[in-house]
Amino acid sequence: MRYSGFRIIKEALTGHRGWGPAWREPEPKAHYDIIVIGGGGHGLATAHYLASVYQQKSVAVLEKGWIGGGNVGRNTTIIRSNYLLDGNEPFYEFSLKLWEGLEQDLNYNAMVSQRGIINLIHSDAQRDAFTRRGNAMILNGADAELLDEAAVRREYPYLNFRDARFPIKGGLAQRRGGTVRHDAVAWGFARAADSRGVDIIQNCEVTGFRIQDGTCTGVETSRGFIGATKVGCAVAGSSGRLMAHADMRLPIESHVLQAFVSEGLKPILPGVITFGAGHFYVSQSDKGGLVFGGDIDGYNSYAQRGNLPVVEDVCEGGMAIMPMIGRARLLRMWGGIMDMSMDGSPIIDRTHIDGLYFNGGWCYGGFKATPASGYTFAHLLATDTPHHVATAYRFDRFRTGHMIDEKGVGNQPNLH
Amino acid sequence: MIIHHPLLGPRDASEFVYLGAATLLDRPDPQTATPDDWHAYAYLRDNPAGPHRELWFHEGGDRSWLVVTRDTTTHEITDVALARDVALERRK
Repeated sequence: MRYSGFRIIKEALTGHRGWGPAWREPEPKAHYDIIVIGGGGHGLATAHYLASVYQQKSVAVLEKGWIGGGNVGRNTTIIRSNYLLDGNEPFYEFSLKLWEGLEQDLNYNAMVSQRGIINLIHSDAQRDAFTRRGNAMILNGADAELLDEAAVRREYPYLNFRDARFPIKGGLAQRRGGTVRHDAVAWGFARAADSRGVDIIQNCEVTGFRIQDGTCTGVETSRGFIGATKVGCAVAGSSGRLMAHADMRLPIESHVLQAFVSEGLKPILPGVITFGAGHFYVSQSDKGGLVFGGDIDGYNSYAQRGNLPVVEDVCEGGMAIMPMIGRARLLRMWGGIMDMSMDGSPIIDRTHIDGLYFNGGWCYGGFKATPASGYTFAHLLATDTPHHVATAYRFDRFRTGHMIDEKGVGNQPNLH
Repeated sequence: MIIHHPLLGPRDASEFVYLGAATLLDRPDPQTATPDDWHAYAYLRDNPAGPHRELWFHEGGDRSWLVVTRDTTTHEITDVALARDVALERRK
């Protein structure tokens, strides 16, 4: 069924009895050409692009819980392409372009809102760094705009411009950045993939790989063995757990990142603000809640909940930059599990096992990458060659010294 | 999280800095190690869901290194030892 304004009117007049489920609940078949493990944003996007762009007819997505129940529903919904390094920026700009056409492509309202993002500047050194980053963005076809203090003040007059430690001296704006309704991303990709014949199999946990003579021939699951010519893993957060079934050790640690939503407030924040010096970022949802986050807790965790020192730290960051939020109450807080990689950048590559492909290591930048991650992983699965914007995301870059380390902090995952 | 320091008793985890898996104690021998050994040591991790031995530094305290055994699915800490003692024990 195609969604449209006409359809809404028709359903309204007929008592809304015509809306069916947005995707089927098929039984797993004995064999697929391509199995994608992980029914989150990246796995569902991979399936969608496999079916739509790469014309694959036999594709399944296996999800241990329900689709969209993991990190795609646990993030702060920000999209942007404001990276510095050549290995990253073309990829994230490709992703932002896909976001811009996503709703038409999927025929689904994902509430893509290009409300703009501003990284605040507090010092001369930071202005130099952001100027360089803005130039790198423009060279790669993205948009960037350097704002002085007066320009930031016009848009966000209530920020703490005269703070003694971190006075606001300007900002780097990307007007095409913004936010997206994250659940709708999972649902939209699932519906679009399903409509092209992809089997989305929920409550089907992969418990092992069947590997014979260095070739992966399928997966053992909680619903029995399912054969496959190619298996793609897109389970960022749980990559370590899943790939251990293939006896692989990864350049990844799993860490917990907390996020927060305040009670609903009247519209006050038109865009996204990031306060890098204190590591606090915030936007306002359409329901009025301030959606914000900060640093990861900093120790290995699969617990999906964090500890109180980071809650205090994040709220201090918020109070430092926006003192007016001091009376707002927190409504919800939660933790999501990140694949923190050794250089802060992702991996989209073949493994040393034939027929087994890996997509992970997204650190806490996975949401904005969702469409490009799916597109480029689909390209790799379908053609066995890396997509041209994802050639740097190789497993062996740690061995050969071609790290993509935006911050330059080295192999210390909790600092990325 | 409360870390029961072997010398100082229960201390809040916010006094500590986290480094990573305790496998970082097993540095390859520079005389014999291959590039593969160094790659595995510097970059690859077991990253288990469950008990995990890891290095914490008491930066806001006595500046000792600890080997903490902690469950990554519950954050429960089951064992704490001085990294120095662990290393000396291994040398025997």
